[in-house]
Amino acid sequence: MTALHHIELRRGTYRDSVQLLGVSQAVGALDGVTGAMVAMGTELNLELIAGMGFGIPDDATAGDMVVAIAAVDEAARDAALAALEAALAAKTPQPTGDTTLPPPRTVGAAVNTAGATLALISTPGRYAFTDAMDALDAGASVLVFSDNVPVEQEIALKDRAAERGLIVMGPDCGTAVVGGVGLGFANVVRPGPVGLVAASGTGAQQAMTLLDAAGVGVSHCLGVGGRDLSTAVAGRSTLAALDALDADPATEVILVISKPPADEVASRVRAHAEKLSKPVVFGLLGSGRPDLTAVVTEVLGALGRSAPSPWPRWLPSDEPRDLAAPFGSGSGSLRGLFSGGTLCDEAMVIASAALGPIRSNIPLEPSWALARDLKADGHVMIDFGDDTLTAGRPHPMIDGTLRLERLATEAADPSCRVVLLDVVLGHGAHPDPAGELAPAIAAAVLAADRAFDVVVALVGSAGDPQGLERQATALQGVGARVFSSNAEAAREAVAILNPAEVTE
Amino acid sequence: MSTFSGLLDGEPSVVTVGVDLFTEALTAQAAAVTPVTWQPPAGAPDALARVMADPRRVAANATALDRMLAAGATLVDVRPASEVVGLESGQFRHAGPPIDWERASGPLRGALIGAALLEGLASDASSAEQLLSGGAVEWAPCHSDGGVGPMAGVVSPSMWVFVLRDEAHDRTSWCSLNEGLGKVLRYGAYGPEVIDRLRWMSAVLGPALQAAVRRHGPVDVKGIIAQMVQMGDEGHNRNRAGTLMLLRDLLPAMIDAGVASADVADVARFIGGNDHFFLNLVMPACKLQTAAASGIPGSTVVTTMARNGTDFGIQVSGTGDQWFTGPANTPQGLFLGSYGPEDANPDIGDSAITETAGIGGFAMASAPAIVRFVGGTVSDALRTSREMYGITTGENPAYALPILDFRGAATGIDVTKVVRSGVLPQINTGMAGRVAGVGQVGAGLVTPPMECFVGALDALAEAAPPLA
Repeated sequence: MTALHHIELRRGTYRDSVQLLGVSQAVGALDGVTGAMVAMGTELNLELIAGMGFGIPDDATAGDMVVAIAAVDEAARDAALAALEAALAAKTPQPTGDTTLPPPRTVGAAVNTAGATLALISTPGRYAFTDAMDALDAGASVLVFSDNVPVEQEIALKDRAAERGLIVMGPDCGTAVVGGVGLGFANVVRPGPVGLVAASGTGAQQAMTLLDAAGVGVSHCLGVGGRDLSTAVAGRSTLAALDALDADPATEVILVISKPPADEVASRVRAHAEKLSKPVVFGLLGSGRPDLTAVVTEVLGALGRSAPSPWPRWLPSDEPRDLAAPFGSGSGSLRGLFSGGTLCDEAMVIASAALGPIRSNIPLEPSWALARDLKADGHVMIDFGDDTLTAGRPHPMIDGTLRLERLATEAADPSCRVVLLDVVLGHGAHPDPAGELAPAIAAAVLAADRAFDVVVALVGSAGDPQGLERQATALQGVGARVFSSNAEAAREAVAILNPAEVTE
Repeated sequence: MSTFSGLLDGEPSVVTVGVDLFTEALTAQAAAVTPVTWQPPAGAPDALARVMADPRRVAANATALDRMLAAGATLVDVRPASEVVGLESGQFRHAGPPIDWERASGPLRGALIGAALLEGLASDASSAEQLLSGGAVEWAPCHSDGGVGPMAGVVSPSMWVFVLRDEAHDRTSWCSLNEGLGKVLRYGAYGPEVIDRLRWMSAVLGPALQAAVRRHGPVDVKGIIAQMVQMGDEGHNRNRAGTLMLLRDLLPAMIDAGVASADVADVARFIGGNDHFFLNLVMPACKLQTAAASGIPGSTVVTTMARNGTDFGIQVSGTGDQWFTGPANTPQGLFLGSYGPEDANPDIGDSAITETAGIGGFAMASAPAIVRFVGGTVSDALRTSREMYGITTGENPAYALPILDFRGAATGIDVTKVVRSGVLPQINTGMAGRVAGVGQVGAGLVTPPMECFVGALDALAEAAPPLA
């Protein structure tokens, strides 16, 4: 049969002769290829190629790569050329000898080395942009845990991600779960049908742990960063995450958790959600809106499941409780000491509806703001995870010192009737928070020498490394009232002060 | 293309940078995790951010790399500098960024004195010094004319130079002929034996090489470099294999061209006795490679690293011919005879063009025989070569290093990667005596000062579009 002869010169393309022998062999072995020689245009090689029946270009030099392929037809030739490209582009073989490689010193280098799909960036905020951009340019999506990243940098990152078909989670994204792997502060939750898009880390943790308690798992939880739904950022990552979860075969229902976004962004995101093939539940948190626990209940409903009633709780064994002396109804103050901003927010929304103004460093109303010393009479809730309080020290989910001090202070304040705390478990959090909190609660109750209660919202899952049950019973054992639902914990605290308000 | 490049298709492979806690949490989950050894970048974070955000950067650097890899280098002629560079009487070229007499170091002053004596501009060293300090003579960097000069790099009109061509980009480069080691002009020596040798080089060596090259036809210098890095040369401090391959190519042609047999013998003896002869062909070949990448808007690839004995200067593709300088460091290494660190001049020469092109110190792994000469160990050499991949844009398959499983030379130093990693390009170099007239005192290892890269970063940031 007559073969089709293909010959081309690649000027200035050099490969060493040994590599080209291997390439020639690989191409020549293909079906339909009757002869192949890829070699530098040295005199000897040109003679060999001519000997194979090819016409040699006059201007071939030793610095040019000559490609000569004989094939039975065009399809075989095209397949051979494709195989040639693949062989020439093949990566350096894995080292066989001394393999003590220096560690990667840039994110891009690490992404390339590992073929990574995601970079988790927690460098200081003024540097995070560079590391994140490097990751995107190397082809990996990014989770930016760092805060204090300027909004224009956030927009630039999200636009670059869109160009490259990637996603930026964050900045200031504390939690994500991707393919069963928890990133940042993340609970160990079972795989399942709910895909989350979260602009709040602790909000996402509460939703995932409640779902887990209800026996429902999570496909992915994509953080978007607290500013994503602002007018400036315009939901760039939220929209990308919605599309991704809509296309994800493991996801059946999508849950969006965020503070109420800017109106025009909200309507855009809602319009976008309506075009998706899967139901989207919105948990936009704030006054007059459903709390996280209610939102999770709605998600369970969308799956045809019902929520546990009540949600798991661990109350002291001296039930029923005595809510009488020494305070009359409505007297005494509620003090909330939180590590999660969203949990603090949710507790304030629930409690202020019943109790009126609550002073805070993250106040619901500007006039309720606390002074810098964080001291005030009446109801107070403090978010110890707020940036101003974490400057130069670990997050309260890791280091509980400040909250423990404040707990002792509250126990010594006769006007304080109930302290409400959150304890967040999971990867990244303190290895045994109850180990330090339980003795502190016991000491506080002892020191208070009056009716004094501690209510704990315990955000954790059965699979968390700290051991949910162990943490809960340790706190329960010193008289704390422990709830897996932050909303229920807040209502319990209100009920202690104001029994008429008890709602279940 | 699956969503987010397959991020949601299974367990992710995660790179971590910053807080160790998150790396530990991923390890505890048995996830695939690659931690980055991070340090705060040098320079202004905002400048770096603006450069990283430059939408042109990635494509511009890919273009720079492509052009570097496509650049050829053939020796096409040997001619006097007066013809090739257009130097007239009283005009010199020198290594490194621009510098005046006042700030010039001993070796550069010595070489300028020697060149003035060679050209008959002065009859002795002190009158040469007066002439040079008086401003009657002008000098400029070799790089400003597309050439390179080792050590002091001083070129005067009557010196002969190699002429190399990169046909792929239609560019020419040039370099002086190598004098050998010890008391030589490029190390700042200017005694009678130095001047006599230079006269012989112009009278005999240059013309003989010209006759040979013209008879032989273009010599594929890039091809010789490719082979020499597989024969124990790294192209900066070891050029033994390259020198012998050149001699092998040119000697028959020199004889065929009718060069007098006594001259052929002298030339062969001279070249054969000077393991560095080929350095002066490696350097212009590297210059052709890096010059091919110059002037690409948005590119952060370094196209020149050069030292004048006082300042270390770099040029970067995206900022054209602008020099970014910092004080030259003094090499650490081994000394000849009784010389010691106090005798060494700060880093000098255009020979760092070899590292700019990915060989020299970058290819140390390929030259284990010389690591002791520059004061290192074989494992240092391996580590150094591997470390350089972290600050470069890509790899050059033409210059493959056998010991690294034929990995291509680390090519295209990226300013952003240098300031971010804190890893400076590794240069191995000769050491000149601090005092004019002394000559070579040793050889060793040196890096550029970080200031060069920080300065370049600021200029690249200025040239980048602001973040919207």
